Amino acid sequence: MEMSFELVERRDLAPRVTLYRVRAPEVARQRRAGQFVIVRVAEGGERIPLTIADADPAAGTVTLVVQEVGTSTARMAKLRPGDRLADLVGPLGTATHVEKVGTVACIGGGIGIAPVHPIAQAMRAAGNKVVGVLAARHRDLLFFREEMRRACDELSVWTDDGSEGSKGLATDAVRELVARHGKLDRVVAIGPVPMMKFVSRLTKELGIPTLVSLNPVMVDGTGMCGGCRVSVGAKTKFVCVDGPEFDGHEVDFDELSRRQALYHEQEKASYERFQRESR
Amino acid sequence: MSTPDDKTPVPAAGLTAAGTPKDLKARYKTTRQTMPAQTPEQRIHNFQEVPLGLAADQAKAEAYRCIWCKEPECVKGCPVNIDIPGFLHLTEAGDFSGAIRLLKRDNLLPAVCGRVCPQEEQCEIVCKVGQGKNGVPVAIGRVERFLADWERATGSVQPLQVGPPTGRKVAIVGGGPAGLTCAADLARAGHKVVVYEALHKPGGVLVYGIPEFRLPKAIVAAEVHELERAGVEVVNNYPIGLTRTLDDLLTEFDAIFVGTGAGLPYFMEIPGENLAGIYSANEYLTRVNLMGAFDPEKNDTPVIRGRNVAVVGGGNVAMDAARTALRLGAESVQLVYRRSRTEMPARKEEVEHAEEEGIHFQLLTNPVRYLGDERGRVTAVECIRMELGEPGPDGRRKPVPVKGSEHQYPCDVAVVAIGNGPNPLVPRTTPALETKKGKIAARDESGKTSIKGVWAGGDIVLGAATVILAMGAGRKAAASMDAYLKTGVW
Repeated sequence: MEMSFELVERRDLAPRVTLYRVRAPEVARQRRAGQFVIVRVAEGGERIPLTIADADPAAGTVTLVVQEVGTSTARMAKLRPGDRLADLVGPLGTATHVEKVGTVACIGGGIGIAPVHPIAQAMRAAGNKVVGVLAARHRDLLFFREEMRRACDELSVWTDDGSEGSKGLATDAVRELVARHGKLDRVVAIGPVPMMKFVSRLTKELGIPTLVSLNPVMVDGTGMCGGCRVSVGAKTKFVCVDGPEFDGHEVDFDELSRRQALYHEQEKASYERFQRESR
Repeated sequence: MSTPDDKTPVPAAGLTAAGTPKDLKARYKTTRQTMPAQTPEQRIHNFQEVPLGLAADQAKAEAYRCIWCKEPECVKGCPVNIDIPGFLHLTEAGDFSGAIRLLKRDNLLPAVCGRVCPQEEQCEIVCKVGQGKNGVPVAIGRVERFLADWERATGSVQPLQVGPPTGRKVAIVGGGPAGLTCAADLARAGHKVVVYEALHKPGGVLVYGIPEFRLPKAIVAAEVHELERAGVEVVNNYPIGLTRTLDDLLTEFDAIFVGTGAGLPYFMEIPGENLAGIYSANEYLTRVNLMGAFDPEKNDTPVIRGRNVAVVGGGNVAMDAARTALRLGAESVQLVYRRSRTEMPARKEEVEHAEEEGIHFQLLTNPVRYLGDERGRVTAVECIRMELGEPGPDGRRKPVPVKGSEHQYPCDVAVVAIGNGPNPLVPRTTPALETKKGKIAARDESGKTSIKGVWAGGDIVLGAATVILAMGAGRKAAASMDAYLKTGVW
């Protein structure tokens, strides 16, 4: 069976942010916007969930955009075209519910730009007017400017420090869009947990339905372990099968942050060991 | 390796017939052989197997205890009806090669079953040697394990005999005990078999759930390797319902077996259950077993090594989690179970092992909420005492909370082991498949489903049960599938 998980392209998009195009024909054919894969880079490695940034069914490849944050992603960064991932499974999760609602703001914060990209494409294909926002702390953390420009009807760039585009946070971007368009019919916000939390808080006040995509700790990705559970509207949901997208107004982001931090010390120690060993 | 007794023919089916032995008295007098085991003090510091297995002379002596019943009840007690007296006779005579071949005719995973089957509830409970006062049944499971281990250790594993190719293709969905057994039987019948496994390694609960100290993973890998040598194709990383649907497979295969198991952990839905440090047993055991978190030098996947661990539940999985916690360095492990010891669904042997190792059993106790610190980490579980009330619909007395009996156990890790629901991936994406409370509805014993050409078995049909019942279901389905593939009659 043709499932080599060979790396066919590798491109640095920003410092510590890398694009990987991986051969996985069945996943490339099946995947829809909003879904993800689980990757195990090598024997002994973790199973890590990664959102699918793009796919080319004809070439049989999926595109993953990964930020180096720990041992597994550092192992991945060492791969070169021709190398293989030990395992890749997907597409996992429920696809984005795409419908024509009018004007949709697709906001990608930092590494969240990657998963927002296919959703922007799908929202536009469904006949929506898609206004895109790229947001990050600093211009070095931005990428996919061209890809997002193509996927959206219009695109604005925001940085916390004003190093590119407008100066301000993702919430400032939302306010500006509302001011400019009169109203937004939907917001899709994907990025770091605090960004999604504050955007959701604002859009709740403004009464704009908001989708967020969560990236909690996960092991199997098929509903078997429950490690990825989150509280949504006071109900426990499994992100891997019920998500990864949820109503941002209902998600308990603080609980999510605390659960995400569980392995912080172990991850740090492991990453330091990896860096020492691979020097 | 070839030995002269490799030539001993193994009958295709049926039980070995034998007359009543003349030395019955001597047989009765022979005592049940004890398996050497690691002491509790040793084993709580390692992940190696606890019982070390019988020696060859012990196995022969144990087999000698069989009294050759005319109507062996043990065979009826076994979910796959192994010719138990047959393999015991051969073992007694020292023909281990003949014994293992006879055993494998009926059960392809004897090394697994010899370790994880609840023999005390199946073959051994009905053994006539064990009836009456002071009767102790033949240790059938220990002999079974000995034979399988002997075969592997001596390198005399015979390749699986496969029939002439039939040109028919079968898909097995899920590489757990049900699926692997089904795959083996269908491969033997000459069909082309492809096993689709969602995880990166086949074996199902045998690799992610049951710990190394109960079932070494090398054994499962060897059994799977044998299947592959017989031409069975195992495709990992391939969840049916996600990568492709069952309906897709139907266009390509002549028959399908679904054995996707009970892979949806239940939680109690009590306050604080999403605090960090609270695991489902599935997650906890998967991190340690499948992902190898017990050995951080070789594996990246972390697990929290709790100092005080609380495990909720009274089944085998709860015992496995509690004993795993000890081996990860816990100072104290509380096993919290809402009924009394008699109702515990775990195997007696597992309960004993857990007690010997120093697990504290908090019986008639039920969690009501978890408490946490400012970082959102669990710090304690609050429990309430229970008393047994009237029998419920299942005949077991219903536990009722005792008012005002709340008390707490400190814990930095809690493991919820209260069972699993059926895996929803296949039913959710196969509209024509009839289900009953989430489980796939089987029309009869063979496991035929509402879709022509599709069978199901194991935990996805039964709900969370045992490895051997899943294997029995895989075997029954295989026989029915083989008949269908040959006759076309559904």
